[in-house]
Amino acid sequence: MNLTLRIWRQHSPEDKGAMVTYRVEDISPDMSFLEMLDVLNEELILSGEEPVAFDHDCREGICGACGVVINGQAHGPERTTACQLHMRSFKDGDTIDVEPWRAAAFPVVRDLVVDRSAFDRVIQAGGYVSVPTGSAPEAHATAVPKESADYAFEHAECIGCGACVAACPNGSAMLFTSAKINHLNVLPQGAPERETRVLNMVAAMDGQGFGGCTNTGECATACPKGIPLPSIAAMNREYLRALRKR
Amino acid sequence: MGKKAVMAGTGVVMLLFLVVHMLGNLKIFFGPENFNAYAAWLRTIGEPVLHESWYLWIQRTGLLACVVLHGVAAYQLSRRDLAARPAKYVHKQSRASYATRTMRWGGVIVGLFIVWHILDLTTLTVNPRGQAGHPYENVVADFRVWWVDVVYIVAILALGLHIRHGFWSAAQTLGAVNKRRDRALKTTATVLAAVLTAGFLVVPVAVMSGLVD
Amino acid sequence: MDFSDYRVGEPVADTKAPDGPVADRWDRRRFEAKLVNPANRRKHTVIVVGTGLAGGSAGATLAEQGYHVVQFCFQDSPRRAHSIAAQGGINAAKNYRNDGDSVHRLFYDTVKGGDFRARESNVHRLAEVSVQIIDQCVAQGVPFAREYGGLLDTRSFGGVQVSRTFYARGQTGQQLLLGAYQALSRQIDAGNVELHARTEMLDLIVVDGRARGIVARDLVSGEISVHLGDAVVLATGGYGNVFYLSTNAKGSNATAIWRAHRKGAYFANPCFTQIHPTCIPRSGEHQSKLTLMSESLRNDGRIWVPKAAGDTRAPADIPEDERDYYLERIYPAFGNLVPRDIASRAAKNVCDEGRGVGPGGQGVYLDFADAIARMGRAAVEEKYGNLFEMYERITAEDPYSRPMRIYPAVHYTMGGLWVDYDLQTTVPGLFAIGEANFSDHGANRLGASALMQGLADGYFVLPATINDYLARGPHDPVPAAHPAVQDAVSGVEERLGRLLAVGGDRTPDSFHRELGELMWDECGMARTESGLRKALERIPALRDEFWRRVKVPGTGEEFNQSLEKANRVADFLELAELMCLDALHRAESCGGHFREESQTPDGEALRDDERFSYAAAWEFTAAGAAPVLHKEELVFEYVHPTQRSYA
Repeated sequence: MNLTLRIWRQHSPEDKGAMVTYRVEDISPDMSFLEMLDVLNEELILSGEEPVAFDHDCREGICGACGVVINGQAHGPERTTACQLHMRSFKDGDTIDVEPWRAAAFPVVRDLVVDRSAFDRVIQAGGYVSVPTGSAPEAHATAVPKESADYAFEHAECIGCGACVAACPNGSAMLFTSAKINHLNVLPQGAPERETRVLNMVAAMDGQGFGGCTNTGECATACPKGIPLPSIAAMNREYLRALRKR
Repeated sequence: MGKKAVMAGTGVVMLLFLVVHMLGNLKIFFGPENFNAYAAWLRTIGEPVLHESWYLWIQRTGLLACVVLHGVAAYQLSRRDLAARPAKYVHKQSRASYATRTMRWGGVIVGLFIVWHILDLTTLTVNPRGQAGHPYENVVADFRVWWVDVVYIVAILALGLHIRHGFWSAAQTLGAVNKRRDRALKTTATVLAAVLTAGFLVVPVAVMSGLVD
Repeated sequence: MDFSDYRVGEPVADTKAPDGPVADRWDRRRFEAKLVNPANRRKHTVIVVGTGLAGGSAGATLAEQGYHVVQFCFQDSPRRAHSIAAQGGINAAKNYRNDGDSVHRLFYDTVKGGDFRARESNVHRLAEVSVQIIDQCVAQGVPFAREYGGLLDTRSFGGVQVSRTFYARGQTGQQLLLGAYQALSRQIDAGNVELHARTEMLDLIVVDGRARGIVARDLVSGEISVHLGDAVVLATGGYGNVFYLSTNAKGSNATAIWRAHRKGAYFANPCFTQIHPTCIPRSGEHQSKLTLMSESLRNDGRIWVPKAAGDTRAPADIPEDERDYYLERIYPAFGNLVPRDIASRAAKNVCDEGRGVGPGGQGVYLDFADAIARMGRAAVEEKYGNLFEMYERITAEDPYSRPMRIYPAVHYTMGGLWVDYDLQTTVPGLFAIGEANFSDHGANRLGASALMQGLADGYFVLPATINDYLARGPHDPVPAAHPAVQDAVSGVEERLGRLLAVGGDRTPDSFHRELGELMWDECGMARTESGLRKALERIPALRDEFWRRVKVPGTGEEFNQSLEKANRVADFLELAELMCLDALHRAESCGGHFREESQTPDGEALRDDERFSYAAAWEFTAAGAAPVLHKEELVFEYVHPTQRSYA
């Protein structure tokens, strides 16, 4: 298939940036979206232009490195990551707009690459259980109800790609933050730090310049791992609970 | 996130007031005496412990505080939210519902309406009849003016949308939503919004159609 | 002198390995190792490169102990290291099932599974530590699968007879990595770890024979920086991407270990690569990586190809008697459940006969029709639903109604930097952990053992052994102006400058692809002397062409992904040659290394313990020049070598 791409090109954070139009031909429907960008980049290099910078690594939907906004949707039209989106989701002759994640907390590094280190700082504020190596009790010392374990897992699946922030009209990281809080707070292992975790992580989240939640639900719709919207409500519950207990 | 809780809390208080307000409004269908007597009774709530109209002033103060807090928090949160997303996408595609997307402007419309509504039917400053102690007649006079109907209807529709998203939103902010309750809460929000919208709109419609005269 | 005219040097000895009963050795080594006074640890800087299971856990643990850790990852966040993609599980000798498992049995299975090319001492230690890993990870909040009673669930994996594999759905690697990442994050917040993300190590700094630091490039600004410390730990993963197409992440590369090798660290058993039998076949020339499907699929799926070569009918149109269920035919006892290397080779053989299916004839069917008929669709969906979904997303074929197509792909590299019992390389002060070293898997890695080894090294082994090195100081500060530092920096700058200056007409990827194809053909699933010699002839020519014709746009002082790529490909072009030489010299078949000249009459791998019961540790001499081979004899006191048989 032949496609027209309009891609955001921005040389550096200071550069103003603009959409640039490219054409790609003979694209196989079996290609992933990123493989289609590879084809474009190979052509750009050979024609003496600079290739389009984009983040990617595992290309199997788990590392969370890739992520671009395709036709206004984070990761494109399918509920998956850009690396697992295949060109059969598009039609011959389509024009596809490709833009970087947009959020104040995710400044553009170059082209489609953004700086998501704000996520790391949110985790650093409390997204862990303080258990130095070697100090752990026997694994079976505490039974964890299967329901809690499954709930924890469902939230632990977050890959930190940032699609939630990109999709949110407020650039909010509530879904990301809530996923980690709910993962750890439901487990007995996470209980001792339950209150400090939510208070510190929320404070860090606010401090990183993410917006607030206006419950538009865009985040959960864009999430390739299906972290559900009630996850945010659960975090709010934890937060209010922690405020009362403090 | 404290401010979000303020928004949710004040929103819920105002919502409760609106339910009572709407029920009171419906008394208009029982005729002028009934309606005017109800209005007069409102001033006597709390007597003899409270002096005349004291309760009313307490409630007015409380509601005013809610409106101000709700508005200020909304303003501050909105400023932060807009700052968190300075650059827009070139390719625009919004999937959120209309109610969700109109929260900010809907809120402003409702806020302006409240000011006009008080000037109209509480202080009677802009009411076409403006006779104190005769709320029934004032209301009827109001809704005989076409543009008052338009203003009122637009505001109530905005209010309905605001409640539709706001109620569920408050539940989310206060942590009441979970996977099991999610659907029930969304339905409640829709029903609540529909009932309130209908309950408020039925009055001008009745006046316009001559059912209430 | 020709590259393949290598010289055999002095044997390399593991001087740190304690003797005595194998079960006591780790205790003894820990006791004998010197300790660093807690008050003095802060004064020691340890550089850790990589943030995967091994690096992340090591960085966190060393920081908890009080060392000052400076850590690097080329990804934008430590959470993205490729350990995250591991699906299956992690082994531990917990014996929660009461099914006869023990530390000794895990030790035994691992030595045997590695086809007797691993060290007994190391493997036993790995088995001992495995139980602590599970405790640690559970305490961190890793959401392992649990049973209704709230206790941990296990499953059996990779043909072993006990159920010792702990798992978190199909995302065990992700959950374990996030556990390590969170522990690391805690130390970053506490100021004990200084993290440099999007920063790639480009050279090792060796001062007076000791590893004292690294030269790194900030991938955003392009700035070249020097980081000095008392010890350097490489946790940079494997080198499977030398094949271009592999299940590794696109960024996985060999630059750190290859640069260390060039600076004196021996590279052991480079030819030992694991090829995983159940991957989704490539769909065309554009393919950029291969995706693994959990091998648990082989429990219920039946593997077949058409009996006739060149049969292009749709699978449903091929009648039962014209299908060849070749694994069931050749290995009636094990059928579709033969070990990874055997299943992979059998698939290659039928495809070589022209009986492969799908685009390019590089695939075999994995058919669930019988399983669906037997168990019902719902049961199959319950068991494999997520895998079927993943398959359908990638191929747009419905595996419920049409057999899956699978083909082997490079998955893991057992070879790596040679390390002693302390995980120290032949360069004092340079340690290698996880997939980056060669240590514990011998010639073949068992399923669910990679996660175990990465975390064992990072959480428990390295933090206990590195003390000994650090305590045996002094580690006098190295001035930034030291000639060794300046040489390393100018070497890196010169190399990047050269890459940018070529201005040729081929992209870095095109060279990588060509190298990968060559390696897959000649140094892949089956290797021959003539093929390897051909590759050894071709690689230097390709390398030469690379340096004449590569085109790298942009500059070095900016975010430049082409430059990153070209630099990695340049190292793959050197490493590939050593892999082929190692494969050529090892004229036996063992584990993942299959030499067609060395097989039993029925086509099985034939080991030659007389001549090859050693780890081959190669010493670098000069680029393109013949290396020196140092052998480490392997001694088997507890698990006695036997020939594998699955017929």
